[in-house]
Amino acid sequence: MEPEAKIETVDLNLHYGAFHALTDVNIRIPARNVTAIIGPSGCGKSTLLRCFNRMNDLVEHTQVQGRIVIDGEDILAPTTDLIALRRKVGMVFQRPNVFALSIYNNLKFGLRIHGMLSRADQIRETVRQGLEQVGLWDDLKDRLGLNAQSLTLEQQQRLCIARVLILRPDVILLDEPCSALDPIATLRVEELLRVLRQEYTLIIVTHNMQQAARVADFTGFMYLGRLIEFDDTQKIFTNPGQQLTEDYIRGSFG
Amino acid sequence: MNGARIRQQIAFGVLGAITLLIVVPIILVILYIVINGAGAITWEFLTQAPRGGMKAGGIFPAIVGTILLVVGTMLFSLPLGVLSAIYLVEYARDDLFTRMIKLSVVNLSGIPSIVYGLFGFTLFVLLLHFGTSILAGSLTLAIMSLPVIITASKEALESVPFTYREISLSLGATKWQTVRYCVLPYAIPGILTGTVLSLSRAAGETAPILFTVAAFYLPRLPHSAFDQVMALPYHLYVIATQVPNIPISISFATALVLIALVFLMNLVSIILRAHYRKKRLW
Repeated sequence: MEPEAKIETVDLNLHYGAFHALTDVNIRIPARNVTAIIGPSGCGKSTLLRCFNRMNDLVEHTQVQGRIVIDGEDILAPTTDLIALRRKVGMVFQRPNVFALSIYNNLKFGLRIHGMLSRADQIRETVRQGLEQVGLWDDLKDRLGLNAQSLTLEQQQRLCIARVLILRPDVILLDEPCSALDPIATLRVEELLRVLRQEYTLIIVTHNMQQAARVADFTGFMYLGRLIEFDDTQKIFTNPGQQLTEDYIRGSFG
Repeated sequence: MNGARIRQQIAFGVLGAITLLIVVPIILVILYIVINGAGAITWEFLTQAPRGGMKAGGIFPAIVGTILLVVGTMLFSLPLGVLSAIYLVEYARDDLFTRMIKLSVVNLSGIPSIVYGLFGFTLFVLLLHFGTSILAGSLTLAIMSLPVIITASKEALESVPFTYREISLSLGATKWQTVRYCVLPYAIPGILTGTVLSLSRAAGETAPILFTVAAFYLPRLPHSAFDQVMALPYHLYVIATQVPNIPISISFATALVLIALVFLMNLVSIILRAHYRKKRLW
């Protein structure tokens, strides 16, 4: 009983100049689930994540072969509308990177660039919904003019998630979203992710195996640019099919 | 431990002395100009045209001329300089061609101003038939100012963290939206500094305007961009070297007005910079 795939890669290869960063990656990311990608530093997990919204395009001398199909469309096709793609596939980064703007304007930014600016009360309503979804509204509703950089790191990271959510994406890519947060904030953000998975397809890259075990429905293990194993999180952590996966999860390397 | 402290003291002493060595002469020069020139600055001096073989009257036409030239220079060099910098930093690929352009820009700032003067004379005055005019002078000064504006803008843009561009693009912004909303606002203070620096230089230059715009004596104000004007630095040169028996205080007063103008420009840029820093929230 396999859930439908939101994203599917076919023989995905990626080179940064002479460096072969991804080798023959075939992965099926199920819709409306949390998928974790784990592996030691430099194994290509962030690179894979950045393929899904074509952020690797920003790096010069990057070459990608293969196919990445999202909702039946190959996003590597030259005709792909990157603006629409990145709106559909949002991204949250490692550092909570809010703009040095007010909370309100941080959220308004996305609406502005997508021509979604409407009447002031509608913008306010969208902002409210966004902040409510990430659990910030009650704390911040009277302080929307505050510089977002004065918030706690957890609040900033939640704001970054809200900034993505108000653009109504299908997929949210999270690149080690908790690595700058303390353990308690980490648990609370993970709770948020578990709520969001009901509506969105979440892909989280993490070097924290406990986090993957706690939050993910499916887990992929990568090593040296290859996807070694992909399965139910439960199975990966209790009964992995590959020796390499087992060694990594036991902490033998990485 | 003690040796380190002594070396620290010596380093402080040397650095302090060098700073004094640079600052003191500037203060002395300004003081000297103020002491010798302030007495000659009257309302008449600032608002009247020169009279009596430039030995009497004021320098109003030269003040107007210099202001017009600075404004004209800014109109051409600011957009051109900032847009080139945006192209070089945000759009151009890092290849041999781009690197050659960057190198040329740096080298252009080392060219003597008289060369710009001759170039402007050949291109704008003769070839394009602008004549000796504000237009030709402004364009010449603009070309001279461009390298500094481009270099300063380039550095200001490069200092904006890459993550700002990354977030913006990841949210689906176009390249131009990213530059417009996420990069440029943070680069404006740096761009302003470079622009004012190079406009200050343009305001005080004589060589580039010598053949392209400056009038020896022209008491009436210009009517169009194709008219000649007097300009403060050239006027100063004229009264200091070409007019015999002129009261020395007039020369100093003219210099003082020029310095005051440049100072005013810097003041405006300082205020603007503070303003942009404060409202980092765009």
